Amino acid sequence: MVSQAHKTAHLRISRGFPGGEKHYDNFEVPYEEGMSVLDALRWIRAHLDSSLAIRYSCINANACKTCMALVNGEVEYTCIAKLTPVIVTVEPLPKRQLIRDLVTDVIPDDEKL
Amino acid sequence: MPDLSAEVLVIGAGGAGMYAAIAAAERGSSVILVDKGQVGRGGATIMAQMTVAVALGQQEPDSVTLHLEDTLRAGRGLCNEELAALLCEDGPQRILEMERWGTRWARESGHIKQEMAPGHSVKRCCYVDFLNTGPAVAATLRRKVSEIPAIRRVSNLAVVEILTHDGQAIGAIALNLGDGELITIQANALILAAGGLTKLYERNSASANMGGEAYALALWAGAELIDMEFVQFFPIGHLAPRLVGMDPIMWDPFRYKLGGKLLNGQFEEFIDRYGSTDFGQYNATRDIAAYAILKEVEAGRGTPHGGAYLDFRHIAESELRSAFGPVIDRLAANGIDLTKTVVEVGPMAHYHMGGVRVDASMQTRVEGLYAAGEAVGGANGANRLSGNAITEAFVFGARAGSVAAEKAKPESGKWDEKSADESRQRLEGFRANSQKNGIAPITLQAELQKLMWDQAGPFRTGEKLTAALARIDEMRERDLPRLRISAAVQFNLDLHDAFELRAMLSTAEAVVRSALARTESRGAHQREDFPNTDARCLKNQVVELKDGELLTRWIAPVRLNRSEASHG
Repeated sequence: MVSQAHKTAHLRISRGFPGGEKHYDNFEVPYEEGMSVLDALRWIRAHLDSSLAIRYSCINANACKTCMALVNGEVEYTCIAKLTPVIVTVEPLPKRQLIRDLVTDVIPDDEKL
Repeated sequence: MPDLSAEVLVIGAGGAGMYAAIAAAERGSSVILVDKGQVGRGGATIMAQMTVAVALGQQEPDSVTLHLEDTLRAGRGLCNEELAALLCEDGPQRILEMERWGTRWARESGHIKQEMAPGHSVKRCCYVDFLNTGPAVAATLRRKVSEIPAIRRVSNLAVVEILTHDGQAIGAIALNLGDGELITIQANALILAAGGLTKLYERNSASANMGGEAYALALWAGAELIDMEFVQFFPIGHLAPRLVGMDPIMWDPFRYKLGGKLLNGQFEEFIDRYGSTDFGQYNATRDIAAYAILKEVEAGRGTPHGGAYLDFRHIAESELRSAFGPVIDRLAANGIDLTKTVVEVGPMAHYHMGGVRVDASMQTRVEGLYAAGEAVGGANGANRLSGNAITEAFVFGARAGSVAAEKAKPESGKWDEKSADESRQRLEGFRANSQKNGIAPITLQAELQKLMWDQAGPFRTGEKLTAALARIDEMRERDLPRLRISAAVQFNLDLHDAFELRAMLSTAEAVVRSALARTESRGAHQREDFPNTDARCLKNQVVELKDGELLTRWIAPVRLNRSEASHG
């Protein structure tokens, strides 16, 4: 929900790692017109819960193409997915091996140890 | 025993790192190419939407000498002329090599199209449409790297210390983000290609991995840094309205192609008040434009977000569309119609002229340790000419890779288990000493970024810099050992951020100490308490770590013998 009076966005984020218990955490983030889901995830890490695992590099340019996650059930680049005036649910990519929280294994096999 | 081993280890897999890996492998070396993000997708190269300056002379007559003259003029007398000459001389062959490897430079009438850019005396800057230079060259290099069996790529591996033995670089220790393990890598030659430091500043155009780690790794290993006070503040970074899906420095190519008016908060042109001209063109160099915008803001003539307006409303939509096609749609998706609205722009940290001190073979003073790309200091002096950064990445990458390969003979392999163990213990300490009530590393990073922007940013004073130094010292001594690190094993970003913060603090200190000692204003270094350029300061500053203290000293700039320069 984006409340215009309070300018707050609400996110529901999937947490957990393989073999552990999965759950959702709810976060409230100050909302600014035009902001991206990644903006909100980075704000959460800096202000509410630094242990949240996310993957991104270029932040804003949609150039690195590494920030994909499931936003309200759709595969999106979180850096260009805009926050919308409903509760935004963010989950890891469903067809990739989960590493932790929103990070999945998108690295090609020949780039791993 | 080390976990991994190769003749050449390349740290950072952006433009310079990938070029270095290719050059080293082509000379017969086994190479490990690591990146803390994903190989070929991190760093600054992939974000470059704009141009590459090279004296191809395809658009109009040009020469290496002319490109060098422009580069040296922009550098305000402080360029290492050997490095600048190398950049200009080797640039054209690298651009043509990239074209053979598949990069589709924009062409017209059978030649590579070259545009004018500020500070250049001829049309020299090539690019890939539309605003796609960085992604296109990164894709070319990724493909090339993946086709070479001698290059082992490792993603999500963050090098956190260089290992040395008897003053020689012998390998590195790295955090494997996937499983949280510390990995040791033995290498006969190491190339630092981990980019710049713009993430030190609150307002920046950086990607996630520009925290100045290359500089800190070099310092800790015993190498020197140079010109650390010269951080380039890109004048017209995007401030508002919120714009996603674009690099914040995207307005530069718009200005190359279309001009556009730079206006203060009262919709007046103002660059002419600061000793340059602009008038709907794009002539003012980056340092003057950044200075002029912030001075207008300071005088109360800024825009709501503390910058200037950029105005393309006088340009027809058909012209906008023919110049930038799909980008106009991306702007529309953000609610921006340039025929109707102005945007707000302002200075942000964009590039670092300073960096690791190397000779013309990219070698540091530490045997076995090389640098490439933005990590290298000196080629651009006090101010970088636009378009020279990607050229520098390719040229210095190729040079570092080929020199390192020649030096990295198999028999020179060394390992020092004690050095590796000491490093490992120091790094494990961050996790072991985590304080439940401590501060998260990312929170402290944000404080450092604000401190650097406010106290060591575009306008500096002795007082502000001294205050910055005191807080940086306190952060390192008091706060860094008492961080709160999550217990997570996989993708523990707290641990990554803590290691990064440690490097950021060393690099920030090198910037601030150098800025404090340079009591003049020159290029990107502007001291409000010393507003004039002082001929006595026509020198470079070198930074080194000695007995735990960062020391700065002055050296004479490296000059070319002029007959050699004109011959080039």
